[in-house]
Amino acid sequence: MSIVYTIAFTELRRMFYSPLAWSLLAIVQFIMALIFLMLVQEYIEVIQPKFSTLDKPPGVTDTIVAAVYLWAGIIMLAIIPILTMRTFAEERVNGTFTLLRSSPISMIQVVLGKYLGLMLFILIMIALISLMPMSLYMGTSLDWGKLLASMLGLVLLLASFAAAGLFISSLVDQPIIAAVATFGFLLLLVVFYISGNSQSSYSELFIYLSHFGHFLSFLGGIFDTADLAYYLLFIVGFLGLTIRKLTDEGLQN
Amino acid sequence: MSQEMQVLAKDLHRHYGQYYAVAGVNITLRKGEVLGLLGPNGAGKSTTMKMLTGNLTPDQGEISINGIDLFNEPQVAKKHIGYLPERLPVYCDMTVLEFLRYCAQLRGIARTAQHASIDRALQRCGLGDVSKRLIGNLSKGYQQRVGIAQAILHNPAVIILDEPTVGLDPVQIQEIRHLIRELGEEHSVMLSTHILPEVQALCDRVQIIYQGQTVFEDFLQGLEQRHADCILRLGFEEPIDVKKLQAIESINKIESLGSMRYNVYVEGYQHMGDHLCKLAFAEGWKLTEMTPQTTDLETIFLDLVHREEARA
Repeated sequence: MSIVYTIAFTELRRMFYSPLAWSLLAIVQFIMALIFLMLVQEYIEVIQPKFSTLDKPPGVTDTIVAAVYLWAGIIMLAIIPILTMRTFAEERVNGTFTLLRSSPISMIQVVLGKYLGLMLFILIMIALISLMPMSLYMGTSLDWGKLLASMLGLVLLLASFAAAGLFISSLVDQPIIAAVATFGFLLLLVVFYISGNSQSSYSELFIYLSHFGHFLSFLGGIFDTADLAYYLLFIVGFLGLTIRKLTDEGLQN
Repeated sequence: MSQEMQVLAKDLHRHYGQYYAVAGVNITLRKGEVLGLLGPNGAGKSTTMKMLTGNLTPDQGEISINGIDLFNEPQVAKKHIGYLPERLPVYCDMTVLEFLRYCAQLRGIARTAQHASIDRALQRCGLGDVSKRLIGNLSKGYQQRVGIAQAILHNPAVIILDEPTVGLDPVQIQEIRHLIRELGEEHSVMLSTHILPEVQALCDRVQIIYQGQTVFEDFLQGLEQRHADCILRLGFEEPIDVKKLQAIESINKIESLGSMRYNVYVEGYQHMGDHLCKLAFAEGWKLTEMTPQTTDLETIFLDLVHREEARA
């Protein structure tokens, strides 16, 4: 198990050695800050006056917090592939994968280590994003349960993105191809959601298959074990495929 | 098999598509031996080494490292191997020290022993002064040393080096060779190269691979006497009586090169030089030149490769 941590922390450290991690964090934070500002301004100028006439109006948690996490999820469709593309494809391009393969460790440890490293970075990113909705607490009261549910939803959503990205990175030799393929795959699942919801081709199956469908209920503050199970299956499935792919790699194709 | 066998690979096969990269290679490496794997580019040296280090699964064949089967217990067997691949497996954005620390953890060296093994590897490879520098900023020669340092870090019984001196300048080559010779005193070393003098300078035994097959295998010591026919080039100041040369039993053939110079083909007689000197002195020939015309391994090598090509 200590090997898994070793690989994870080295992976995380190496991400911060390159400008990539820093610029990703900076750009995501900048874009999210703009979105957050926009949402707050809209709430103050448009929504609040309208709601003031209602008996039990929805609060900031529903209007701002949920929207922030939804936007974060959408932006991450493009960010996570850039993060995951390096994991195996770059090691292969640079010939450093030999180091792991010649070491007395199993591919299970390698894959779990790499995934854990990615997840640590993703958690840092989510923590930074979450600071913004939390800052509202200085001026008003927040529904912490809903906020935590949204946060958990985003963690699970990004964990599923990362698992898919890791697998695709293990398939190809070029990081950029891994990024494009992962982006395409994640978008495909979004398209499933959109097409499943469209009036002409409404499909429960498509909505179920899409990772976004399960994310939205978390944003509404609903913690459904079915959604949790979907994400866990998704993650375990892709990690399993990655392990299999790497273990079989030396064999005849 | 005897305890002495540190690497034992039988009948290795591996093909890429239709093309057989390795077809029936056997490798044995005894304790404390330096084995040179020699062959032209694309002969299957690297493929063989990849299979021995568990980076590639052979289609067929058995490999045991230190008596441990590489396929049944890969994680145990790999502890006994240090491998320097053709392409350096180093992270350019880490410092030498960080990289070796990571490698030490990957190799499962106990936390308490890590410091000592890293120090030892740094010192052996002459990396002490650059240990805090980024690997990417080091010269090729130093990067190569980092590659060797990671291979010897866990004090493995077997060290496998794939073209360790390729792309280095002559001074660096000397240094790396010196290091390999030192390693050969304590470990079993196997190295691949297509540079003949390297094998002559470093190895106890040579195995020539051509088109995925072993075409030659022998100990280097005494190789000349056993295999090579030697050619001596002689030059004289005045014309000589060639018949007297021909009369010597071990001389097969004399080739005149003009202006009183000759190529003398000698077979199976090591002291021909001495013999010829004495003859020249006795006959009053004024000897101006006597040069051995071949490095022996090279003759064997080129000969084998040409013979194989002719057969194909």
